[in-house]
Amino acid sequence: MDGLLYLEDGTVFRGRGFGYPRTSAGELVFNTSMTGYQEILTDPSYAGQIINFTYPLIGNYGITAADNESSRIHAFGMAAKNICFTPSNYRSVMTIDQWLFDMKVPGIFEIDTRALTRRIRSHGTVKCVISNQGLSPSEARDFCDQAVLRNDHMKRAGVRQRVRIGGTGRRVAVLDFGVKQNILRSLEKRNCDVYLFPYGSSADELMSVDPDGLFLTNGPGDPQEAAEAVAEVKKLMGRLPMFGICMGHQVLALAAGGKTFKMAYGHRGGNHGVYDKETGRSCITSQNHGYVVSAQSVILSGMEITHFNLNDGTVEGMRHNTWPIFSVQYHPEASPGPNDSDHLFDRFMDLMDRFSPNLRPAAAGGINTVKGGGHHA
Amino acid sequence: MPKSPDLNKIIIIGSGPIIIGQAAEFDYSGTQACKAIREEGIETVLVNSNPATIMTDPDIADKVYLEPLNEEFLEKIIDRERPDGILAGFGGQTGLNLAMSLAKKGVLDKYGTRLLGVNEESIRKAEDREEFRSLMLQIGEPIPPSVIATTLEECKAFAREVGYPLIVRPAYTLGGTGGGFAQNEEELVYQCRMGMENSTIGQILLERSVAGWKEIEYEVMRDAKDNCIIICNMENFDPVGVHTGDSIVVAPSQTLRDAEYQMLRSASLKIIRELKIEGGCNIQFALDPKSSDYIVIEVNPRVSRSSALASKAAGYPIAKIAAKIALGYSLDELKNYVTQNTSACFEPTLDYCVVKFPKWPFDKFMTAARRLGTQMKATGEVMAISNNFESALLKAITSLDGKNDGLHLPSVQSLTDGELREKIGVQDDERIYALAEALRRGAAVDVLHRATGIDPWFLNCLKNITDMERRLSTEKLTPSLLYQAERMGFTDQEIKDLSGAHRAAMQDIRIYNDIFPVYKMVDTCGGEFKAKTPYYYSCFDREDECQISDRQKVLVIGSGPIRIGQGIEFDYCCVHGVWALQKAGYEAIIMNNNPETVSTDFDTSDKLYFESLHMDDVMNVIKKERPQGVIVQCGGQTSLNLAQRLAERSINILGTSYTSIDLAEDREKFSDLLHKLDIPTPEGRAVATEEEAFAAVKDLGYPLVVRPSYVIGGRAMQVVYSDEELHKYLKGAVSLSTEHPVLIDKYIQGKEVEVDAVADGSDVLIPGIMEHVERTGVHSGDSISVYPSCSLPETVKATLADYTKRIAGALHIVGLVNIQYAWDGERVYVIEVNPRASRTVPILSKVTAIPMIELAVNAMLGRKLTDMDWGTGLAENRKLYAVKVPVFSSEKLTDMDVALGPEMRSTGEVLGLDTDLEHAVYKGFAASGTRIPTKGNIYVSLRDAEKTEQAAAVLEKYAKQGFSLYGSAGTCEYLQQFGIPAGFLSEEDVLLGITDPESCGGAVETVTAGGDGCARDALAAGGAGCARETLAASNTGSAGETLAASNTGSAEKNLAASGAGSAGETLAVGGADDRKGSVAGNTGSAGKTLAAGGAVGGEGGVAGAGQTATAGTAAVPIHIVVNVPEHMNDPASTAFHIRRKATDYRVPVLTCMDTARAFLTAIKMERQPDKGRLLSVRTLTEY
Repeated sequence: MDGLLYLEDGTVFRGRGFGYPRTSAGELVFNTSMTGYQEILTDPSYAGQIINFTYPLIGNYGITAADNESSRIHAFGMAAKNICFTPSNYRSVMTIDQWLFDMKVPGIFEIDTRALTRRIRSHGTVKCVISNQGLSPSEARDFCDQAVLRNDHMKRAGVRQRVRIGGTGRRVAVLDFGVKQNILRSLEKRNCDVYLFPYGSSADELMSVDPDGLFLTNGPGDPQEAAEAVAEVKKLMGRLPMFGICMGHQVLALAAGGKTFKMAYGHRGGNHGVYDKETGRSCITSQNHGYVVSAQSVILSGMEITHFNLNDGTVEGMRHNTWPIFSVQYHPEASPGPNDSDHLFDRFMDLMDRFSPNLRPAAAGGINTVKGGGHHA
Repeated sequence: MPKSPDLNKIIIIGSGPIIIGQAAEFDYSGTQACKAIREEGIETVLVNSNPATIMTDPDIADKVYLEPLNEEFLEKIIDRERPDGILAGFGGQTGLNLAMSLAKKGVLDKYGTRLLGVNEESIRKAEDREEFRSLMLQIGEPIPPSVIATTLEECKAFAREVGYPLIVRPAYTLGGTGGGFAQNEEELVYQCRMGMENSTIGQILLERSVAGWKEIEYEVMRDAKDNCIIICNMENFDPVGVHTGDSIVVAPSQTLRDAEYQMLRSASLKIIRELKIEGGCNIQFALDPKSSDYIVIEVNPRVSRSSALASKAAGYPIAKIAAKIALGYSLDELKNYVTQNTSACFEPTLDYCVVKFPKWPFDKFMTAARRLGTQMKATGEVMAISNNFESALLKAITSLDGKNDGLHLPSVQSLTDGELREKIGVQDDERIYALAEALRRGAAVDVLHRATGIDPWFLNCLKNITDMERRLSTEKLTPSLLYQAERMGFTDQEIKDLSGAHRAAMQDIRIYNDIFPVYKMVDTCGGEFKAKTPYYYSCFDREDECQISDRQKVLVIGSGPIRIGQGIEFDYCCVHGVWALQKAGYEAIIMNNNPETVSTDFDTSDKLYFESLHMDDVMNVIKKERPQGVIVQCGGQTSLNLAQRLAERSINILGTSYTSIDLAEDREKFSDLLHKLDIPTPEGRAVATEEEAFAAVKDLGYPLVVRPSYVIGGRAMQVVYSDEELHKYLKGAVSLSTEHPVLIDKYIQGKEVEVDAVADGSDVLIPGIMEHVERTGVHSGDSISVYPSCSLPETVKATLADYTKRIAGALHIVGLVNIQYAWDGERVYVIEVNPRASRTVPILSKVTAIPMIELAVNAMLGRKLTDMDWGTGLAENRKLYAVKVPVFSSEKLTDMDVALGPEMRSTGEVLGLDTDLEHAVYKGFAASGTRIPTKGNIYVSLRDAEKTEQAAAVLEKYAKQGFSLYGSAGTCEYLQQFGIPAGFLSEEDVLLGITDPESCGGAVETVTAGGDGCARDALAAGGAGCARETLAASNTGSAGETLAASNTGSAEKNLAASGAGSAGETLAVGGADDRKGSVAGNTGSAGKTLAAGGAVGGEGGVAGAGQTATAGTAAVPIHIVVNVPEHMNDPASTAFHIRRKATDYRVPVLTCMDTARAFLTAIKMERQPDKGRLLSVRTLTEY
């Protein structure tokens, strides 16, 4: 099975195909993680994208029942240097080839993934067509020209209706833009009573379960397309503690009145150093985003930048100057990637304990008194 | 926070001589540390006794002390320099131990200096088994059931409790010395003893084995702000059980899911934080392949071999960053030196696969066991990078010596199926070849997995290789097949051999289909950011990102892995070659595959190709770069061996041409040339058959030197004295020289002299002459040698200079030449000419301050010596003496003979420098770590040929110094003939008498003796404040355990006791209080020596007296062994065991009378009452 990757500018990468025979168009991005291909492929934030893995050996430990971040592969396709057809791990239940086939996702391998990465690095993310159906470059070009890429995948990546996930502790309303399982596991681990809300839920709906806090998830696409969510979240700001991750962070920025913009090629990997201004220390983070919050815009909107990227200085985290709201661009839930920032979930728990609207104002001390960073104990 | 403002001067401690377990990686890390500190404007003072290193170059540190690395000398240096801080974490275990003991003794406080980067507490927590264990328990990190033991009884009880297999690990050792596996009680007793002996504190850790689990390592860094990052993780090909230094290692891990990777990563961070290490550290884990259970195996709280590997694998300069952290910087304040525009606080991501393959010395030590275990045996390693595992592995294999073409070993291929199965069951250096062979014969992966515990993923990769072999040998060689094979790392030769295709046909396919490798960059970030450091590897892929400049450029071929006979000195030469080229305005490109070296550091050359030095790979780089020329003189025999094939391909070899190289190396042609020049050389013949050999004997007569042509480090060279030996040699060694005949030369007995020269085609410059202490017949690498020559008459020196000039002229040498001469008192003979850099080049460059490599490179570039500043002819002697003393890793290779001979065995060397020759000799021995006893007993056993008047004169001097001489029957008789009193000792008694005579200076406090007999067979001698308190146990093998314990007090009273074999157990205890327990002093002892267990009063034992003690069960403690053996080493002989045991107990073994004479000088010095005042320290430039 011949594989082909056609880039919008006419560049063609030929390789061998695997997975499901299919032709798809998407945005070509690269991920630099050395482990975690299964988590990455099932991360809903990759909806609409074709992932080029920079690590050259993919599929070594097979596919397991334990490592899915959602029920299916959201990426539109994948490219790799080498695919392992004889995986080895005690948990492995199938090969990545079989899995992609079952999930109806096309893959190509034996292409120069580093050349592809370098291309994306210098030209930015690009529209492309992946095919393992023997397409000629000209057919691929036609397919590419006709394909319209959406950037509002967050509207469909999450649940379609409200879902309650048990728990007896703090009640968290989760606005689902395409949540990763490990975010939910991180909340469950802390015994949260989680309600997942679909995209489009109104502020009233979100408040209808009397949540102690609102959590805004990661998700695919351009945050500016999530206008409905931004508007609803804006209504709730100041009414309850909020924690946003990735898309959730960007939606918070927009809701506060800030701006987001598209990066040339984003951050996707598990090795970015992020500086935490409040602790004066740095940690290694898992990242997956193509958009970023404009620092200037959020500072003007009452936010304080709490974290920035050590490589390019972009905003990696912020908190509101007045309200118990904070967010990070990166992924403290890891999966894949380092677990260094798991404590952020504890911080959210702490915020809810202190500022939940369900607490009596006297006990809560009033929501307007957090200025000065008191909630960042 | 930025660097501490109070640091203006720092001492960096190096790691001393190269030994197994502590090799070139510390030159690399120490050099990086020096550079990192110096660029901060801090005065950098380096101390190292190893002259072959880059770090001891005057350019690397502000001040260099080439002085012995021991407490005595280091204190002198600290006193003289008064540094603000000391960096000890870059000198391996040697540096760390030294710093620790200085700290403990209050030396650091006394001079108001402090340890940087590491602190005593972290080191103790990481290295002391018990503290480490309790720390792990405290922070909830899993460790295997284990016990800390100082007695055998504890060990046995533990074994009864948890069962076998067990692992024995001694505390405070390097390279796993004295550790091992025990499958049953017998092995347990043996291993535990070894372990206790090797531990500096007589302590071992015994733990339940997790053999068969995956072995995973993490390289971690932490700064004072508690920022932590992982540089790289690595997975061992072999499961737990083989020392990681002896394992094939892949980076990053290949069979771990993200959850497993992160689980161990988080554990690593937790551990380094708990240990509060500031800098780098290496953490080893075992991971159950059938669950996610893991255990922490160990932590190295410093930069290590693994961190050098991780640095090269990931492109992240661990040592440099660790040095900056030690100065007070935090990770997020530092930049990534490879990309130069991103932060150092990130985790490198690899977009390639790295394989490290060890280089073992078994080709040199035929007698040494090949079996691998927890004690490291490799002398060096190679690293290969590619975009798949198969090709990285094959590249590593071809990197080993540039000769292997694939995953083949003829000796393995000829095994029967049964033998093969057996071979696979044993973890030795050839197992991977056996596995490949089994796969070729159709063995299933899961069968091999069950037999070896090696992860099926790796075995499947081997199978991919053998499947490709089959395809190549059965299918037509299509362009696609050729490409697939190349992509998998097959060499041209291998493809040609398997497919039967002609080279020309293959070349056509290649050119027509453009099947050539491309070069990719190692950039730490998977291509995410633009990198500035040009560090490349080849692979078969689409895009070549290597930018070729239009500058004039020269390619320097490196020296590959560290092995015996080709050590770090050639890396020194390559690095200087690069620097000289840069200085001359050229773009200097280096090609090498050794991850431990400075030459493969990211900022050494203008461009680094991390590649195999196989001919295919070298040609590919040349094709890519089109350099003006290639330098093959610097990388030792490895690079020189490429000369012929480069010349055949019309590649411009800079300097001496291939024709001249061939002329120098072809003995017959060369001896004709010398004949023409009227320069004497030992008469010799090249013979191809046994008949020819014996015909030659008729002409030459014995003794003879026999060797195969084209050798590295005197491989398979031997002096033979009889037909029988010659016959034996030819039977054993002829297969070594299929391409070249065996050479038989007359053996010239005399003084050996080494001359290194730089030649420009018309003139030569001889910076200095080095004279060997040992006579001819001892390999020059194993000889003690002295600069300047001090016993040669001026006329001989003039002859040497004249011969050197004429030979260099006749051979058209341009660049370096090393000539070995013998002087028999009358004539000067040429023994060997090496048209390349040599082991002595770094030494001479340093002691004479003549930049030999720079001059040689300039000569190669066409400049004349007369245009340079250093003159021609024999340079004037500097006013100093330099004594090079070889260092052997015999503690690691426990079944290797230690006798000197024509085969090189040393792994490293030290230099003793002083303005006084005797002081320099003393410093040389002291730096080599040789114990220098000042009194006691010497056992002498000489071969007949050695029983001369001169030898007697030397031995008499020992007697005059107060030593008591003992000898074998023949030697005794001989000594008495010369009027030297000597007692007879049977070989058995000598073996009993060899114990640990070290005096540790501190008070010995307690000795615990075992009680009643049969159950007890261990005795522990613990000493407080004593750096080394050792228990010696010898096993006579017959009737139970015999134990000898030596206990030393401050006054050097030695106790020795031997058990009467029949009585079963005998215990001897030294008196704890008055330290006069039992004295077997310089009068020798006779009769039974028996010491009661638990003698509190102190009168432990009785020593018989008598000048000529005779038979019986006397135990005479032996302090020095002088043993000049019969020329053939027989591992079954008692003499071999005596030498071996003496080495194990660090009793000096002198196997040549010349060494014995030199050693006397060291003893005299050691005895000087005001030794401390007499010995001074100076920097290299002050001499």
